[in-house]
Amino acid sequence: MTPLLEVRGVDKSFGPVQVLHDVNFQAHAGEVTALVGDNGAGKSTLVKCIGGIHPIDSGDMLFDGAPVHVHGPRDAGELGIEIVYQDLALCDNLDIVQNMFLGRERRSGLVLDEATMEELAEQTLSGLSVRTVKSIRQQVSSLSGGQRQTVAIAKAVLWNSKVVILDEPTAALGVAQTAQVLELVRRLADTGLAVVLISHNMNDVFAVSDRIAALYLGRMAAQVKTADVTHAQVVELITAGRSGDLGLKNGVTP
Amino acid sequence: MSKVKELPGEAQVEAVRQPSIGHSVRAYTERVRSGDMGALPAVLGLIVLCTAFAIARPSFLTAINFANLFTQGAAITVIAMGLVFVLLLGEIDLSAGFTSGVCAAVLAVLVTNMGMPWYVGVLAAILTGTVIGSVLGTLVAKVGIPSFVVTLAAFLAFQGLVLVLVHEGTNISINDPVIKAIAQKNLPPALGWALYAGCVAIYALVQIVRARKRAARGLVADPLSLIAARVGSLAVIGGAAVYALNLERSFNPAFASLKGVPIVVPIIVALLVLWTFVLRRTGFGRHLYAVGGNAEAARRAGIGVDRIKVSAFMICSSMAAVGGIIAASRASSVDPNTGGSSVLLYAVGAAVIGGTSLFGGKGRVLDAVLGGAVIAVIDNGMALMQYGASVKYLVTGFVLLLAAGVDAIARKRASAAGLR
Ligand SMILES: Nc1ncnc2c1ncn2[C@@H]1O[C@H](COP(=O)(O)OP(=O)(O)OP(=O)(O)O)[C@@H](O)[C@H]1O
Ligand SMILES: [Mg+2]
Repeated sequence: MTPLLEVRGVDKSFGPVQVLHDVNFQAHAGEVTALVGDNGAGKSTLVKCIGGIHPIDSGDMLFDGAPVHVHGPRDAGELGIEIVYQDLALCDNLDIVQNMFLGRERRSGLVLDEATMEELAEQTLSGLSVRTVKSIRQQVSSLSGGQRQTVAIAKAVLWNSKVVILDEPTAALGVAQTAQVLELVRRLADTGLAVVLISHNMNDVFAVSDRIAALYLGRMAAQVKTADVTHAQVVELITAGRSGDLGLKNGVTP
Repeated sequence: MSKVKELPGEAQVEAVRQPSIGHSVRAYTERVRSGDMGALPAVLGLIVLCTAFAIARPSFLTAINFANLFTQGAAITVIAMGLVFVLLLGEIDLSAGFTSGVCAAVLAVLVTNMGMPWYVGVLAAILTGTVIGSVLGTLVAKVGIPSFVVTLAAFLAFQGLVLVLVHEGTNISINDPVIKAIAQKNLPPALGWALYAGCVAIYALVQIVRARKRAARGLVADPLSLIAARVGSLAVIGGAAVYALNLERSFNPAFASLKGVPIVVPIIVALLVLWTFVLRRTGFGRHLYAVGGNAEAARRAGIGVDRIKVSAFMICSSMAAVGGIIAASRASSVDPNTGGSSVLLYAVGAAVIGGTSLFGGKGRVLDAVLGGAVIAVIDNGMALMQYGASVKYLVTGFVLLLAAGVDAIARKRASAAGLR
């Protein structure tokens, strides 16, 4: 099966610091791929490269088997790649609807088509079984952490997206809200999307993912089926880059 | 209006979905409590100031003084309207005052010195503003110099530029009747009433049509009672103002009658409607708020942040040009001090007093008008009290600081309430 999203041999440096080394990564439709790695391993950077926020130095990106070039967030959006960033990237001074359509507002002629946007936003939120927000015309500044997370996810799935990437969506959430978001993640994959979940929580990773990709110091240590590995092996991959037969062979000098 | 009979079932659903006026009032008080006071301080300030001045100096309440308030505050208000766009991004334009001076000087040179028709002068002045804004905006957005520094440099440079244009200190008088009319002449009383009626009718129509469209699609719409309250207050306040402005202000009406709405008033109303529309109803306006609220989020949403920044500075400087034209019209001349002294601080003060945040992301064009009114009342009232410039500056400085303080505290409060 061809992966829906694939990157090959991606290098990325910030000035003199090389953050990603020859990274390969795949995400399949209908699956949750967990992207794990220690702090600073380069997970967010990889995601931002895929989303067109950072240009890559070298490497290829394939979408549905065909090579593509992403030069900015709009290109990624047009391909159907949506990213929920670690810092959410919501505008506090705008309401939920305005945030969900930011940069892609519906217009009728010169003016914004508020009614249509409101309808679509409402449909999406109720499609995600979100019933915790009082009004979708509420300013985002007045929402709780979990509600903001939900808005950010809803924003990502509003666009008939094919790939949804979530960067640590549960990091700031309580137990109940984490469960809700994980359930949401699983449901997205079950509807046929390729979902990429970045998380530090092994329980969450094993609870929802089909595959696990482990980054170690900017290198892809291994990409394995979740069913084939144990907690301990994944932790070893994260902390040492290798675990038995798995992982980086020749030992990497940090 | 023909109202289609609704099925009882549907009507019931609607009744649940459509909020009452009580809802709106509660939502408003909630907002104010959480620190988002909007126009409240400006409106309260206006009431308090007007009452105090009216008691201390009965001449404050005369028809002639009321009309003076509009022509005195017009230039500042227009400059403040432009500043709102820059402030929304969390930037500042310290050169807006002298930009208005430069543009006014361009107008004077073209019309008085070179004998060009008034519209050429006006167009050239506004275009000068647009060019100035694009340069300032490019330096801020593309080169990355803080707007504070760029516009402080421009503040000095433009002061010099005005001197060059008016030849080191001489002043150029404006004799063109059309340009002088802008801030010195009034509409015929009947036309004033006609414009007033048109404005109220259009406002009511827009509100009702929008509410009906939304209700028809099953979306939450403003209740009719709220719309009636809004239209009603506009009708009452506007009607009172037009009535007062249409009173005879001349001491010797037989010799020369003086009454009617000053021409600057419809100009300000038109600019207010135009820019409010741009900010609230267009994609550009939405993106402007987004950049002011979270520039990085806007960038990730694919918004051209630099382009938005440059446009905001262009609008600001163009509006400063309009302000300069009004100032030149009122003074019938342009001198090295046009747009100087307190003009800039008054304009920034007007925007902030009206409720526009210095931290970006929050503000309306209406804020500039409300704040401009507060500034005009202070300026005018203090003059009537025969306080000198010293007291006037002290008081205005204090009021600006107070407004900025309210802004900062409101922001703190919002973050303390977990709203950030
Ligand atoms: N814009 C940038 N400029 C310079 N260096 C950067 C930039 N963004 C990230 N880095 C560096 O790249 C490395 C990887 O960062 P990244 O944010 O991708 O890590 P991460 O795996 O997401 O970590 P975490 O789990 O803490 O979120 C870090 O050393 C970081 O300092
Ligand atoms: Mg990260």
